[in-house]
Amino acid sequence: MSGRVGVVTFPGSLDDRDALRAVEQCGFAPVPLWHGSDTIDDVDAVILPGGFSYGDYLRAGALARFSPLMADIIKRAEAGMPVLGICNGFQVLCESHLLPGALTRNAHRRFRCRDERLLVESVDTVWSNAFTDGQEINIVLKNGEGNYVADAETLMVLEAERRVVFRYLENPNGSMNDIAGITNERGNVVGLMPHPEHNVDPLVAPSTDGRGFFASLTNFLSRVAA
Amino acid sequence: MADTTANAANTPDVEQPWADLGLKEDEYQRIREILGRRPTAAELAMYSVMWSEHCSYKSSKVHLRKFGDLPKTTPRGELLAGIGENAGVLDIGNGWAVTFKIESHNHPSYVEPHQGAATGVGGIVRDILAMGARPVGVMDSLRFGPLDLPDTQRVLPGVVAGVGTYGNCLGLPNIGGEAFFDPTYSGNPLVNALGVGVLKHEDLHLAHASGTGNKVVLYGATTGGDGIGGVSVLASETFDADGPAKRPSVQVGDPFMEKLLIECTLELFAAGVVTGIQDLGGAGLSCATSELASAGDGGMHIELDRTPLRDSSLSPEEILMSESQERMMAVVEPGRVDEFMEICAKWDVEATVIGEVTDGDRLVIDWHGETVVDVPPRTVAHDGPVYERPYARPEWIDKVNADAAEDLARDALPLREQVLRVMGAPNVADRTWITEQYDRYVLGDTVLARPESAGMIRVDEDGLGVALSVDCNGRIAYLNPYLGAQHALAQAYRCVAATGAEPVAVSDCLNFGSPEDPSAMWQFVEAILGLVDGCRELGTPVTGGNVSFYNQTGETAIVPTPTVGVLGVIDDVATRVSSKLPDVGHELWLLGESRDELSGSVWADVVHDGHLGGMPPKVDLEAEKRLVALMSEAHGLVASARPLVEGGLVRAAVESAIIAGRGVEIEQQGEPVAWWFGESSARLLVGVDPAVAAEWNAACEKHEVPAVRVGTVLDGTQVRLGDMEFSLEELSGTWRAPIPAAMES
Repeated sequence: MSGRVGVVTFPGSLDDRDALRAVEQCGFAPVPLWHGSDTIDDVDAVILPGGFSYGDYLRAGALARFSPLMADIIKRAEAGMPVLGICNGFQVLCESHLLPGALTRNAHRRFRCRDERLLVESVDTVWSNAFTDGQEINIVLKNGEGNYVADAETLMVLEAERRVVFRYLENPNGSMNDIAGITNERGNVVGLMPHPEHNVDPLVAPSTDGRGFFASLTNFLSRVAA
Repeated sequence: MADTTANAANTPDVEQPWADLGLKEDEYQRIREILGRRPTAAELAMYSVMWSEHCSYKSSKVHLRKFGDLPKTTPRGELLAGIGENAGVLDIGNGWAVTFKIESHNHPSYVEPHQGAATGVGGIVRDILAMGARPVGVMDSLRFGPLDLPDTQRVLPGVVAGVGTYGNCLGLPNIGGEAFFDPTYSGNPLVNALGVGVLKHEDLHLAHASGTGNKVVLYGATTGGDGIGGVSVLASETFDADGPAKRPSVQVGDPFMEKLLIECTLELFAAGVVTGIQDLGGAGLSCATSELASAGDGGMHIELDRTPLRDSSLSPEEILMSESQERMMAVVEPGRVDEFMEICAKWDVEATVIGEVTDGDRLVIDWHGETVVDVPPRTVAHDGPVYERPYARPEWIDKVNADAAEDLARDALPLREQVLRVMGAPNVADRTWITEQYDRYVLGDTVLARPESAGMIRVDEDGLGVALSVDCNGRIAYLNPYLGAQHALAQAYRCVAATGAEPVAVSDCLNFGSPEDPSAMWQFVEAILGLVDGCRELGTPVTGGNVSFYNQTGETAIVPTPTVGVLGVIDDVATRVSSKLPDVGHELWLLGESRDELSGSVWADVVHDGHLGGMPPKVDLEAEKRLVALMSEAHGLVASARPLVEGGLVRAAVESAIIAGRGVEIEQQGEPVAWWFGESSARLLVGVDPAVAAEWNAACEKHEVPAVRVGTVLDGTQVRLGDMEFSLEELSGTWRAPIPAAMES
């Protein structure tokens, strides 16, 4: 079962081509989406890629959230369409209130790019069901503003509802509760700071653990179709 | 009121601030001769920036010409563009071409490390873009004062954050580089940025304005007061320790705008609406207008008051000198201007027609209808002064050469202690604190990056790729600049070859002290001779480069730093060789000849309290070529390869073990200090599967490369060097600690 996966390009998106390539390498039809369009048309899932949309001016993701296309994405996500926000895409999802909390500057104040070990903490999402609970995966991390923060109540709810999907084994940026990625209540919207699209092709990646994200989407789309 | 050409003709005796703008009296008189009158204020501004050392290469031109004598072919074919264009372009096969160039941004990076370094990256990327190429990677070659100096703790984090922020935000992978510490760089840090881009042959664009009636479009960021006089005031004058603050002359970068500019420009190229193009860097509009016009077949008329400004109070001369970043100038046929504007609008990039190509041979610039510049463009862009600066071999060099490190005590410390000293030396220690701040993954084609010894990028899906390394050891160049330049070349060449790529071309960035000092000028002349002779022997043309003089504070010049970038081509990146130790049981072979060579070494520096004397290790380019031939043909037989560089065999073995997280055993053959720490050139440490060892040995014999089996990859994390025992953890701790400890103290 394949499907059409859209990748949004905002001004300043950087990993959009990488995400499109990963989508294709994992057997989906890649669909480039332009931020200025009104609708995402006929896609089965959407990826908000990494980068510095609008230069991260004001706050990371704060301006991209108001792109015309985001209105349609928010509507479709609320109706259950799979959405994956990677790095800057995660920041956009938080700014859009599709996910709770916020990403602030790394505690050490530096950009950090390294291969990050993560623990899969929930397999009950569209984007993580192909992993096993407690699996350790290795995914590229690269950001300057990846420090996840939320108020105590939000954190409590996220933990209680098992909505922390990925947790850092060696917290690289000061994120609360070592949170690397979270999901919404329904499990169709996932945001994370690490970059699974960089972990697909063994020639240019330290691992191919990123394929699990796309295998999860395949599983989900097959179940919907069945 | 603006100083018009008519006004200038009528007021020949007006006092003009030529000296404050960095011009010498005879240069000013020459401008008057060329124009047949005094220059207007705007003309004076243009000539002063374009005739500055940074833009005119007036002290280096006569020597740089020697690069032009080198053959214009690489082992892969003809150069498609060479020295004189924004960046050299070479054919790499499959219809692909690649362009690369290295450039300095030293002085601004001392004044304001973050912005100075950031705009250095921005500038080199626009050079690459202006050739019609998609930029695909950057590298940085950095020099700082001693690691433990407070000012280094200001400059280094700022420079690294600047390089990082700009490159990361542009979405260009940083695939490697170097950082080197020496006392002479304190107060004179070096920031050399290398950019690489790829294009199809037919997409090559050149900087010329032709076709009468074609429109001149300025697009990108608006023009502001930043960087005014940056070129003449900053890059062409020695820092005076007590001098006034020069912060306003440093440009401020906006990488988001540059990212838009890249995507927009590539779309403009694809649409075929660009006839000629030039980026705006040093000397801003003065440079772009005069260079485009002099490279074309006509003249140019500019209405300067149409320039979009971010500060409406700027005068015409300030607009001409402004070095505001993220701007480009294109020449567009009148019928294609609407299409050009539509593409710019899509990317939210402001674009304005500010003039047109004329059929005359003058560059005429008007300001609100009055002519403020009327000059022959070549006289601004190319016919600047040329100096034959006096140069002389300094007297002190004989004494330095006589003080050989080979004569130093080799048992000043227990050998084991010497190993730890060398592994923890600032010029050997782990650079992760720096490289972690750079995105090496974006664009998805990074096959090799730091801590590998060269970066490698995939160019197409068939596996064609390029490898790059940038190197220089200024300490060696201090002992002998001719040989030092050849060592830089040989090292970069070897690092590229170690990956399995074939080295094909060179770009250089020549960083020296004041050209007005005959000793520094001698170092410069010698380094060029060394490079030219070396490149001729290796068959690798110099495709472009940059000169940075005046890297000195008061009387103290930097050690000569001829940084060399070598680009290699590999037909299938899947066959690349990593420098990481291979699996347990693999044999380690040392290739090349090891001699008793310790002068200029890390060992002399850290075991003997900064010792710097003697003669550099032997340069053997024939041996380097044999190594390349061997690796090109037989890299399929090796499981790892690490070039021997600063720190010698001990560093090559220990670093590749740490990176792989595996133990290693290396025999000691011969006198221990020379064996472990000697820095003989033309050597590689390679990992070989015992199953192919015989075949490998035959390949080495065929290519006449001396090869000895020196060790094995161990099961576990023990490191055995001769009869010394270490745990990987101990060595790794020593190697990883210095930079974080200094920066986070």
